[in-house]
Amino acid sequence: MFEPIIDIVNIQKSFKKGDRQELLVLDNINLKIYEGEIVAILGKSGSGKSTLLRIMAGLIAPSRGKLTYRKQPVAGPAHGISMVFQTFALLPWLTVLQNVELGLEALGVDREERRERALKAIDMIGLDGFESALPKELSGGMRQRVGFARALVVNPDVLLMDEPFSALDVLTADNLKSDLIDLWQSKQTGINSIVFVTHSIEEAVTIADRVIIFNSNPGSIRADLKITLPFPRSDLDPRFRNQVDRVYTLMTTLPQDERMPEDKKRYEVIDLGYRLPDASVSEAIGLLELLNSPEHQGKMDLPDVAETLMLDIDDLFPLTELLEILRFADVSKGDITITNEGRVFADADMLQRKKIFSVHLKKYVPLARYIYDQLIRHPRQRALEENYLSLLEDYLSESEAERVLRTVIEWGRYAELFSYDYNSGVLSLESPH
Amino acid sequence: MSFLRTTFVTAYRSRLYPNYWDIIALLFVLFVITLFASTARQMVTPYQIGETIPISLNVAALPFYAARTVVRMLIALFFSLLFTFIFGTWAAKSKRAEQFIIPVIDVLQSVPILGFQFVAIAPFIALFPNSLLGPECATIFVIFTSQAWNMAFGFYQTVRSVPLEVREAANMLHLSVWQRFWRIEVPFSMPGLLWNAMVSMSAGWFFVVAAEAITVSNQQILLPGIGSYIAVAIKAANMHAIGYAILTMFIVILIYDQLLFRPLVAWAEKFKSEQLTTDKVAESWVIDLFRRTRLMRDVGGRLSRLFDAFVNIRLLSPMGYQIASEQERKVKQRRLTIIWDIVIFAISVGAFIFLTYYVARYISLKEVLHVFLLGLVTASRVFILIAIASLIWVPVGVWIGLRPWAAQIAQPIAQILAAFPANLFYPVVVIFIVKYHLSPNLWLTPLMMLGAQWYILFNVVAGATLLPKDLLQVADNLNVRGFLRWSKLLLPAIFPYYVTGAITAGGGAWNASIVAEIASWGNDTLVATGLGAYITEYTNAGDFVHSALGIGMMCLLVLAFNRLFWRPLYVYAENRFTLG
Repeated sequence: MFEPIIDIVNIQKSFKKGDRQELLVLDNINLKIYEGEIVAILGKSGSGKSTLLRIMAGLIAPSRGKLTYRKQPVAGPAHGISMVFQTFALLPWLTVLQNVELGLEALGVDREERRERALKAIDMIGLDGFESALPKELSGGMRQRVGFARALVVNPDVLLMDEPFSALDVLTADNLKSDLIDLWQSKQTGINSIVFVTHSIEEAVTIADRVIIFNSNPGSIRADLKITLPFPRSDLDPRFRNQVDRVYTLMTTLPQDERMPEDKKRYEVIDLGYRLPDASVSEAIGLLELLNSPEHQGKMDLPDVAETLMLDIDDLFPLTELLEILRFADVSKGDITITNEGRVFADADMLQRKKIFSVHLKKYVPLARYIYDQLIRHPRQRALEENYLSLLEDYLSESEAERVLRTVIEWGRYAELFSYDYNSGVLSLESPH
Repeated sequence: MSFLRTTFVTAYRSRLYPNYWDIIALLFVLFVITLFASTARQMVTPYQIGETIPISLNVAALPFYAARTVVRMLIALFFSLLFTFIFGTWAAKSKRAEQFIIPVIDVLQSVPILGFQFVAIAPFIALFPNSLLGPECATIFVIFTSQAWNMAFGFYQTVRSVPLEVREAANMLHLSVWQRFWRIEVPFSMPGLLWNAMVSMSAGWFFVVAAEAITVSNQQILLPGIGSYIAVAIKAANMHAIGYAILTMFIVILIYDQLLFRPLVAWAEKFKSEQLTTDKVAESWVIDLFRRTRLMRDVGGRLSRLFDAFVNIRLLSPMGYQIASEQERKVKQRRLTIIWDIVIFAISVGAFIFLTYYVARYISLKEVLHVFLLGLVTASRVFILIAIASLIWVPVGVWIGLRPWAAQIAQPIAQILAAFPANLFYPVVVIFIVKYHLSPNLWLTPLMMLGAQWYILFNVVAGATLLPKDLLQVADNLNVRGFLRWSKLLLPAIFPYYVTGAITAGGGAWNASIVAEIASWGNDTLVATGLGAYITEYTNAGDFVHSALGIGMMCLLVLAFNRLFWRPLYVYAENRFTLG
């Protein structure tokens, strides 16, 4: 009972980047999964949480550290561990029944038994009547049910789920979640524990007994929270709101800032290769305007912001980060507060806003400043994007470098700091004729 | 239709500039060609091909000849499929194999197809002395080479594009390599594979006709088939026979289209994963028959049970997915890399030395320059033809594509025309030239484009069909007409499709030049100046050194034009003008 099912000791994972460099994705992970619990791994996008799940699944080998499943070291997908995928990963040319049978086929189960077990799993997950349908005939929710049936039919010991609800709309996801919890509590599946990855705080608090909160860059475990609320959990319950608030606070406060009094909070100074958040200017401005509106008086609870704007943390945190980097808002302890500069910006008209934005961009985003300075100095005020790309690749992975450059170009274009030609990949100071 | 475009030329997206692997592949292919040519030189004596079956011009014999030709096609298709499965998968699965296989296939694609016959015929005759089996195998090999490369390429591309999560799911479910291949990789690439096979078959019909009757060392070899029938009819200057042959071929292609190709495409619909397709779902009366009648359904059910058993053969089963620890892999990798590098290096150095020695020994620099100039002549023919065909077919294609009813009629017709071996029509043109004493240099030229032009047409039609209605409505709303409408809306929207069509047509024209630049009727032989005629003349004379030189030059030129012109153009079109 007290032996962990999955035991992760000091795991580290880095990916090769370019010729000699390595990019550290996971660092110093220690985690034990016990029998009878649902564990949520919660983190921002790119925090390495999916990588950790795939290491547990035996799909990716860790660079360092030890991983055991039922005391056996893991080298490849273990029998007894099933997985449900974000995009369902169904084979479109197989019917629901054939898709569910696939795992049994691989195990060499004969035709009759295969059919019987598959039908039982389909029945259990509420798909009866759809046995002969092709996946493309089904809605997203029904497709994910097929994904569940396929994972359950092999009688797994542990079920791993990679953002299983994030491709579904809210109603469908809620419906599927409550069915999953019912199934889990009725104990008719034989599953001993569930581990799932999510970027939705509410989802984690709704389903899990334990929430593992991840830090980014590199991914590491920030906190391990027990959620002891009884099922079914309601998001109207004040205790539930309390837990959600706690998680937001943990996710928006840096460990070193935790003990500091509110007014002493210092801004993080970012460097040239900083992983700029994937935030669009117009959305960030929308958020600022919401904060500045009379009804909120410049301060909001982050869970409220998420609810009002219908954003999950992967959409929301980049926006708050951009506002923080530009000193338009402060984020701390689960709250966001507008700064004086932010207020001036929000009250300004369109042209003034661009000017203010441009000043802040040059002042607080080293990459934007660097590009601008280089362009000013260049005799024809032009530069190739490749220069900056290779510069960023010293700090980031190839795809991240590209994304960061796109982001800074978007910001720079909005601020009219520089312009960019898509066809030639040239950045310049000139405005188009 | 859009599928054809995406899979057929995906190769053009990946790499823009040649890296050293391309050069190694080129050296390797040229080396093999030259090696064959040099061994062929040893066999100066005329071939002993044993008893030949005389080809009769009797109409009653035509169905038999047609059947022989079709069987050749099917055998070659089978081998192409085998090649595709083995090498396509291998390249997709192993990085090391990919580095070598893909550039080699790419170079092979640019070798003139009949060139393969000239290098293959000697070894095959040596393999089966005193029988027609040698030339027979060489002919099948030629058809194989006209099909295999683009099928393997397309398969490799689609296998690699199986979504990561599907691959992970397969690992989690412990599918064996064998099960994975039949359950995931083959179905996933099925629609693309079929379209590629269709394009391949079209090329195949052309070359089966050209390859059945060949002259080697001044000795004509005739294999029973439609191609030989035509050759004999040309020699006898028999116009009626040619008319019958054209009619027979037409019926054969129609049957092939209705009974084999269309049902397969309709069946392959189920392998497409998109939920909603804007393309019209392919239909076939044959497949409907299969799905709706009880008897046929039973047959289908039994077949699928058989396939099930085949996929689950125990022998080839469990070999689960294992992840090696990083250290283990590194050590293993380093050792393999060193061995691999040494082998590749040795081969390239060897090939280089051999080629240099060979060229220096047998060929003068003047000759090389002469062949190069001939190549440029043929190249300019190809470009002028593409330009003329574009001027005609782009407006027609857009007109058809914007009218769904017209597209529905025109699309299958264009496909059949593209599949029809255009060389059957050559005699008709040649009679005309002979009769009016026209210049072969000018009038033989259009023959090269006779078969290839349809690719431009049906790609443009496909592009215009997919043009979003709202864009057309906006143009109407803003009163954008005439020149402005063409330059700002229509041409940019079809541009990527047009480029695909033009690339395919260009490849076809190069290949056709070997047959088209030299033609005869009765005792008159017309020769146009060009690389194609050069290759044909020297091969007929049994001079393998010069024909190898010509083939190598054509390969180089095609490769150069692809890399320096078509590929950049394709990438540009993809980035800039792809809708949505």
